[in-house]
Amino acid sequence: MEYEAVIGLETHVQLKTRSKMWCGCANQFGAPPNTHVCPVCLGLPGVLPVVNDEALRLTALTGLMLNSKISAHAKFDRKNYFYPDSAKNYQITQYDRPSTEGGWFEFEYDGAGSLDGLARVKITRAHLEEDVGKNVHFDRFSGVDFNRAGVPLLEIVSEPDLTSSAMAYEYLTSLTAALVREGVSDCDMEKGMVRCDVNVSVRPKGSQKLGAKVEIKNMNTFSGVRRALDYEIPRQMAVVAAGGAIPQETRRWDELAGITETMRSKEDAHDYRYFPEPDLMPFVPVDEWMNSVRSRLVEMPLALKKRLIREYGIPAGDAEVLTNDWPLADYFERAVRGAKNSKGVANWVINNLRARLVQRGCGLEDMRFPISGIGELVELVDSGRVSSKIAQEVFEQMFERGESPAAIVEHKGLSQVSDVGAIEEFCREVIVGNPKSAEDFRAGKPAALNFLKGQVMKLSKGKANPGMAGAVLERLLRG
Amino acid sequence: MSDFNVHYVAKLARIALSPDEEERLGSQLGNILSYIEKLKSADVSGVEPTAHAFPLLNVTRPDVVETSLTNEEALRNAPSHTGGLFVVPNILE
Repeated sequence: MEYEAVIGLETHVQLKTRSKMWCGCANQFGAPPNTHVCPVCLGLPGVLPVVNDEALRLTALTGLMLNSKISAHAKFDRKNYFYPDSAKNYQITQYDRPSTEGGWFEFEYDGAGSLDGLARVKITRAHLEEDVGKNVHFDRFSGVDFNRAGVPLLEIVSEPDLTSSAMAYEYLTSLTAALVREGVSDCDMEKGMVRCDVNVSVRPKGSQKLGAKVEIKNMNTFSGVRRALDYEIPRQMAVVAAGGAIPQETRRWDELAGITETMRSKEDAHDYRYFPEPDLMPFVPVDEWMNSVRSRLVEMPLALKKRLIREYGIPAGDAEVLTNDWPLADYFERAVRGAKNSKGVANWVINNLRARLVQRGCGLEDMRFPISGIGELVELVDSGRVSSKIAQEVFEQMFERGESPAAIVEHKGLSQVSDVGAIEEFCREVIVGNPKSAEDFRAGKPAALNFLKGQVMKLSKGKANPGMAGAVLERLLRG
Repeated sequence: MSDFNVHYVAKLARIALSPDEEERLGSQLGNILSYIEKLKSADVSGVEPTAHAFPLLNVTRPDVVETSLTNEEALRNAPSHTGGLFVVPNILE
């Protein structure tokens, strides 16, 4: 019998706020331990949390991004458990009235479960909660740093619509790219800003019934999620195929060993005794507030990529590069305005401008040549006024001096020579100077022509029109 | 009496009770719960459920960073600390 995997993901992202969720301590990674703490986030008795308005806005923004219903009445709840990283002995979260419900996320994926290279995963909900402190383990005791405690955390829960490790990986990559783009989170995995719980079960292919769910907790890299699923899915399938049953349990991914192992079984699962948070009032978004959140929504990466291809006819690969570098995409869109050859402009922006920026360690804001410069340069090449080799030189000058390409060509005398008479002169000189190569060509070695053409380019300081030089050389040699 | 299980609740709350205490507290808490049972007879149709007695909504603060405690202040009441961290018993999952 054939089996299929059913995967759902709970993705936690730290929201990009300046201050924490309930207090004014800085939401900042990397500070010395317990220096961004106060009585509220240390969970000292008698303190009152107050909701960070920006965290609510970023949550609603995520809801809009995910085509979700934004709750007209959201509230907070306490999830009770004892663990040293949570000094209050409860975590404030949203249990039955989350800020957003429903929705879907579409991303590029080619494989089972996709259509025309796109996959759509339904979203169950996205709810707001607080991050907990960080434990540091020593030989005989543990230490706790509460700098992270109270950092706003958004949990995005997907429906079990994913069918493979590769699909889960693409979902996570695309989702976080969109969140970064919308300014919801920096999603920096090195800084632990994204963590993921994976729910996975297997069932006979085509069956509608879900198998017993295994949860793999606390994944902090997407490649880890992929590897854990590549281990866990065949493991479950083997058990079921051999007539065994998968118990519902929580497992841990052991990165070094490359295996998952039982953490705890559902029988002794925590009883969190959720109840409404008495210290926080419900949140009812008013129209004005919602409208100001809506005005922050920008074009999502996938929409941008599709539009770049459609609107400018550029190759998918180029659109992908631009989509992954938003300021560059914005620059391209401004540079291409009024240009005849948008593919050429994309090519120059990606292969020359971007490379040069990286090499010189400067940014687009440092570019002083006019925004239309690259389009004009492409036009100079396309019309044969400069060779593509000279164009590189012109671009150098544009980059260094901030002048327009026309001005550079003008005062450096870089115009391509397309005058037949002038080119013939260069060619004759080269043939005379390289009798051996000329003889080789006549004797049937076409490669010799390339050498001679190179000599013509050299002699003309790169200004000869290379196509014409080749044709003229051939005519003279055969003649 | 309800299905109230004092042993289970004590375990969740990390409170160690002797069998005598379990017996005594169990029956006391059971009595309290039976008072609360009476609330079930009240007619609440048409009453919106709420966790608050006060009709207050949308209490928020602007996203502004304020001064935190110093590390010394934060750790002042800790029974034990090292390297700026609160020291707790070894955590084993």
